[in-house]
Amino acid sequence: MSAVDAMLAPARPQRAVSTRFMRSELSMVFRRRRNQVVLAVLALVPLLIAIAVKVSSPHDNNGGPQFFNHITQNGIFVAFAALTAVLTFFLPLAVSVVAGDAVAGESHQGTLRYLLTVPVTRTRLLAVKYAGVVAFAFAATATVAVVGVAIGLILFPGDTVTLLSGTSVSLTNALGRLVLVVLYITASMAAFAAIGLFVSTLVEAPVAAIAATAGVAIASQILDNVPQLHAVGPYLLSHWWTSFGDLLRTPMETGGVVHGLVVTLVYVVFFCSLAWARFAEKDVSS
Amino acid sequence: MTTTATRGSDTGTGHQAGPVSLAVQSSGLTKRFRGGQVAVDHVDLNVPQGAVYGFLGPNGSGKTTTIRVLLALIGATAGTHRLFGQPMPAAAATVLPRVGSLVEGPAFHLHLSGAANLARLDAADRTADPKTARRRIDGALDQVGLGAAAGKRVRAYSLGMKQRLGIAAALLQPRDLLVLDEPTNGLDPQGTREVRTLVSRLAEDGATVLVSSHLLSEVEQMCTHVGVMHIGKLLWQGSIDDLRSQQSARAHVQTVAPTNAVDVLERLGLTAVTRNGGDVSAELIDQAPEDVCAALVDAGVPVRRFVVDAPTLEDVFVSLTGEGFDVSG
Repeated sequence: MSAVDAMLAPARPQRAVSTRFMRSELSMVFRRRRNQVVLAVLALVPLLIAIAVKVSSPHDNNGGPQFFNHITQNGIFVAFAALTAVLTFFLPLAVSVVAGDAVAGESHQGTLRYLLTVPVTRTRLLAVKYAGVVAFAFAATATVAVVGVAIGLILFPGDTVTLLSGTSVSLTNALGRLVLVVLYITASMAAFAAIGLFVSTLVEAPVAAIAATAGVAIASQILDNVPQLHAVGPYLLSHWWTSFGDLLRTPMETGGVVHGLVVTLVYVVFFCSLAWARFAEKDVSS
Repeated sequence: MTTTATRGSDTGTGHQAGPVSLAVQSSGLTKRFRGGQVAVDHVDLNVPQGAVYGFLGPNGSGKTTTIRVLLALIGATAGTHRLFGQPMPAAAATVLPRVGSLVEGPAFHLHLSGAANLARLDAADRTADPKTARRRIDGALDQVGLGAAAGKRVRAYSLGMKQRLGIAAALLQPRDLLVLDEPTNGLDPQGTREVRTLVSRLAEDGATVLVSSHLLSEVEQMCTHVGVMHIGKLLWQGSIDDLRSQQSARAHVQTVAPTNAVDVLERLGLTAVTRNGGDVSAELIDQAPEDVCAALVDAGVPVRRFVVDAPTLEDVFVSLTGEGFDVSG
C-alpha cells in the first residue's frame, strides 16, 4: 500500500440487518397516488354490494353470485361476496399495476441505475421489490375484507353466522375464517405477483409490463373455462383462487386450499427464479 | 505514452516518478451490444489515485458505456477492470460504497421532493448510518446550492437543478472516487463554475475524480489527466501536460516583408512554415519565442504582430483523431 492509500476514507462496515430500504419501498408503494386510487376503487366494491343488496327487495336475493344470498342473514358475507367479485379481475389488475411497475418503473425513470450503484445488490433489489408487491396484494385484499365487514355489520345482522355447510358459528369464529381467507387470497396473489415481477424485468416500459401481467390473469381464466382444456385447469393459478369457499364449511375442507397453496408455491419459486436469472445478468442501459 | 499498470496489483508505474496507485484500471475492456455494435473496444484505462481524469470524447464515442461497465451496470463482453485494485464486478458490494456517481444525467422520482429522493438512496445504502442521514442529506444539498429547494418536488426542478441533485446524491457519503458523467450538462455558466470548484475541492480532499465530457475547454480547466475516446477506442491517456507537449506551439508573425520572415524562421529551424499574404506562421521546436522575435527584428523584418499560440486540446484532439470534434457515428 502506498502513501496515497492512507488518504482513503476508512471503509464503512455494512449493517448486518437494515430494514430502511424495505421501509422506503413500502412508503413508495403506499404513498403513490395511483396505488392509493386503486385501493380506494377496491374499497368501493363491498360498499356497492352492501348497498345494492340492502335496497333490493328482501325476497329477490335467491341465486346471484356466491355468498350474495347470505348477506341478509349476516353482514360478514358482504366481505366474502366482495372478495369473490374482485378476485377475477379487479384484484389481479391491482396487483399487476404494482408488480409490473416494480422493476420496469425504476428502469424507465432511470432510478434503477442509481439504486444499483449505491450499491444495492440485484438479488436484494428484487427481494425488496417483491416483498413490496406482496405487501400491496395483502393490503388490497384486506381493504376489501375490512370495508366489507364494516359496512356489512352496519347494514345487516351480525350475530351467529350460518356457514355454507348449514352449521352456525359465532361471529368471532367467522372473522377468524375471514382472516384465513384473506391470507389464502394474498398467497394466490403473491404467486401472480411473481409472474408480474418477472415480466417487469423483461421490459423497460412499465405500462407494457402491467398490461402483459394483467393479460396473464385473463388468459389463465379463459383457459380454465375451456371445457376441452380441463386437464390443464389444475395447473393454472386462477383455477384455485375461488377455493377459499371451502374454508367456510364445518369441518373445513382443506383439500382444494392445500392444493391451491402447492400450485401457488410452485409458481412463486419458478417465476422468482426466472426474474432473478434474468435480472442478475441484465444490462442496465436505461 | 500511456501509463502502464502491472496486472493483478493495485500499483502501476506511471509517467510520474514512483509507484502510483490506480483508482480505476481496466485492461482490454470491451462491450459489444447484441446488435453487434462495439461501443467499447479494448479500453485500457488507468486513472491514478488523486487525479482529476478528464474522459474526453464526442457524443457517442463510448464514454458512458465505459462508465456503465466500470460501475457494473452492464457486463463487459471481454476484458477486466478494477476499482482501487479490487476486481469488478465481484467486489462491487464493498467497493461501490466508496464511489459516488452520476451516470448519463440525473434520474429521480418526480413525485418526491429532492430531499426525499436522497433519503431513498441513503436508505438503500447498507453502509449508511440512519442517525446521520438527515445531516448528510442537508449537507449534500447545501454543497450543490439546493438547500432552499430541498422540499420541492423534483417535477418542479429545472434540468440544472436535477443535475445538481444528481451531484448531491454522489456526495451523500465521503467518497474516494467520483465518477461524473457530463456533470455540467444543462447547467448555466454559474452552475458550470460551481461544478468546477466542487471538483477541485473534492480532489484537494484526496478524492479521485473521473469526469467525462465532450467539452474540451471544460476538461482543460479542471483536469490533471486526460483520456481521449474516439469510436469506442481510448486513443491516448496521460497527464494534461504530456498531452499538450504532443503538439508544439505555433508562432504567428504579421509583417509587410513576409518573404524575409519566412527566411528567418527557416534559418532558426522552425518547422511547418506557412505563408498566407502578410501572415507567416511556423511551429516552435525548442526556440524561445522572445529569441525568434528578436531575430526577426535584427534581420530587418518589420514585425507588426507576433503571437505564440499554445496548442489547444482541440488541436491535439484533431491531430489524434484526424478529424474534428464531432459526434461519432
